Amino acid sequence: MRIAVCIKQVPDTAEVKINRETGTLVREGVPSIINPYDMHAIEAALGLRDALGGKVTAITMGPPQAEAALREAISMGVDDGLLVTGREFAGADTLATSRALSGAIRAIGADLIVCGKQAIDGDTAQVGPEVAEFLDIPHVSYVRKIIEAEIDHEARGSIKVERLMDEGVDVVQAELPALITVVRELNTPRLPSLRGKINAKKTEIKKLSAAEIGLTPEVVGFNGSPTQVKKIFTPAPRCGRRVLEGGLEEQVEALVKELMEKKCL
Amino acid sequence: MPLKVEKNVCSGCGACITVCPYDAIKMEGGKAEIGEYCQLCQACLTACAEGAIKEYKGDLEKPGQADLSAYKGVWVFAEQRGGKVAPVAFELLGEGGKLAGQRGVELCAVLFGATRQEARELVRRGADKVYFCDDEIFTNFEDEPNAGLLASLINEHRPEIVLAGATAIGRSFLPRVAARLKTGLTADCTGLEIEPETGNLIQTRPAYGGNIMASILSPGTRPQMATVRPKVMKPGRCDDSRQGEIIEVKAGEFRRSRAKVLASIREEEGAMKVNLQEADVIISGGRGLKGKEGFQMLRELAVLLGGTVGASRAAVDEGWIPYCHQVGQTGKTVAPKLYIACGISGAVQHLVGMQSSDIIVAINKNPEAPIFNVATYGIVGDLNEILPLLIRKLKERKNGR
Ligand SMILES: Cc1cc2nc3c(=O)[nH]c(=O)nc-3n(C[C@H](O)[C@H](O)[C@H](O)COP(=O)(O)OP(=O)(O)OC[C@H]3O[C@@H](n4cnc5c(N)ncnc54)[C@H](O)[C@@H]3O)c2cc1C
Ligand SMILES: Nc1ncnc2c1ncn2[C@@H]1O[C@H](COP(=O)(O)O)[C@@H](O)[C@H]1O
Repeated sequence: MRIAVCIKQVPDTAEVKINRETGTLVREGVPSIINPYDMHAIEAALGLRDALGGKVTAITMGPPQAEAALREAISMGVDDGLLVTGREFAGADTLATSRALSGAIRAIGADLIVCGKQAIDGDTAQVGPEVAEFLDIPHVSYVRKIIEAEIDHEARGSIKVERLMDEGVDVVQAELPALITVVRELNTPRLPSLRGKINAKKTEIKKLSAAEIGLTPEVVGFNGSPTQVKKIFTPAPRCGRRVLEGGLEEQVEALVKELMEKKCL
Repeated sequence: MPLKVEKNVCSGCGACITVCPYDAIKMEGGKAEIGEYCQLCQACLTACAEGAIKEYKGDLEKPGQADLSAYKGVWVFAEQRGGKVAPVAFELLGEGGKLAGQRGVELCAVLFGATRQEARELVRRGADKVYFCDDEIFTNFEDEPNAGLLASLINEHRPEIVLAGATAIGRSFLPRVAARLKTGLTADCTGLEIEPETGNLIQTRPAYGGNIMASILSPGTRPQMATVRPKVMKPGRCDDSRQGEIIEVKAGEFRRSRAKVLASIREEEGAMKVNLQEADVIISGGRGLKGKEGFQMLRELAVLLGGTVGASRAAVDEGWIPYCHQVGQTGKTVAPKLYIACGISGAVQHLVGMQSSDIIVAINKNPEAPIFNVATYGIVGDLNEILPLLIRKLKERKNGR
């Protein structure tokens, strides 16, 4: 099975702090990581390859330094990496990102595409389903379990998964080629192996520009993005804090009273 | 809009470089230079004390779609689960009604796969028209039929705004609709308003795990699409005398679905649903509960308060409770009326998932725990003493004392 995993390099939001006075992000010393959900996407792809044979390619669209994310994926066991990069891709929203990624996927061919549920910087969860639509293939979001996958020599096959919904779980079977987006519950990402690390050093990362995937500069990056950021601001800090007093029993009593007054009970 | 540094104003202090989350700014000849990897997040704009960084329209103004004024009306996708319209649809009708009023256009709902009675309920809640399809293909949620039929209706009737809930369903299929129509979609909005000068929809949403808010526009394409977080907007008032038109549509060619639901298992815990995003009251537990048994106390409390149980990632990782209960960056984002955090330290990744709750109660034995920074009411002490007390008091109150 030919599997493509879409991974994104993101600033580690756990480390991103906000300067309350200036209302800006403090980014000093904040490391870049592979989007945590995408680590589970990598593991899912490797698990399927190990079971069914085939090849896993990690794809990212981003600046030259995103190559580090691809090398990290290779150290975990991914076979090769593809970097979609160039000036023209800057300022992309989800639509423009999906157009570029789907172009790259079409160029290499894939039976299954695995994405993370969402990226922790934007939290949109849109790129996966949008890539599927651009490729005109089915998708299943929020996969928490892969039940079975099969593919024949003519690349006909299917994948059966469990998908996490708001009120429970659906069992879904999709025809291949298909795209899935995965949640954390699916698996535990493996650690890089020694061999992987060696491969990561020597594997050549292929780079593709917009022209090389048949896209004009007007439809990618800022130019191809219908959404625009109008402004950025810090949310108003919470107010109305109250310290309860007295012994535990009195505090609990006071709490119940307050909650009744606020009509929470 | 792209950002540019005015070189004669830039002092070369480097503040913008420090705040740029994308490493996109470099110092060149003592002046900041915004490079090609700028994501337009504008963090630098606010950081620059000199005001040297400006947005410019320049030659990059996008080619707009032919005729934006041909698009009229506000649409709400009314999600149904098990044949019942989800509460978020009523919230969207409430909010959509305001937007439609300001624009002087009609408010329409789209309902796939429920009964006529549910369609009529949407009229009562504010819809002027309901596009309604009762095809059985919509019994289970499958992305392709929903995306296909909605996109085709949008192409036919050309609404200017399309809203859906930022739920599992809305966030899964709406991106397909946006990609098919080649239009913008803003995820997980918490605020919507009309920009007076242009009539464009300003869509406000949290980013970076809630650390910053971003206002997004889609000025050059229609419709303007957004998913909206449940529990943020006020539901429309129910009015039995409201009149509206119910228009039946056929699923036709859009019945094709290459990803089929084979089974659908609803998770319920006794009297308690686990749909955290729609709960008014959430009692959450963390590592401080010390085990599975601790959650039994929370369940009892949840039943008393008509709420549901949440958890920190630590509690989920320990295997004390399933992942679907997890609140936070890698779990659910919730905003109930009341959130009670028991034995949760309040790590940022947890806070971003719950800090917009109306009232937050924190119970923790460590007075320094960061959870107290966001708490409306805090009780410092052992939850094993406090929770039984609270349960007792609530029971007494219930029994009319
Ligand atoms: C990429 C990433 C994503 C993450 N996503 C999430 C997420 O979605 N959600 C999430 O919650 N976390 C998430 N985390 C983990 C997060 O950083 C914290 O580790 C986690 O929230 C801690 O859970 P906790 O508060 O239950 O445990 P702890 O931090 O161990 O806190 C336990 C608390 O209980 C108190 N306590 C102990 N005993 C008692 C008692 N008897 N009575 C009263 N209080 C008591 C202690 O004082 C302490 O404050 C994520 C981390 C990473 C790196
Ligand atoms: N620039 C990118 N390069 C590669 N994959 C991406 C990129 N952006 C998003 N993705 C994939 O799409 C998923 C959802 O991202 P998002 O829609 O941004 O929340 C991520 O988990 C990745 O798998």
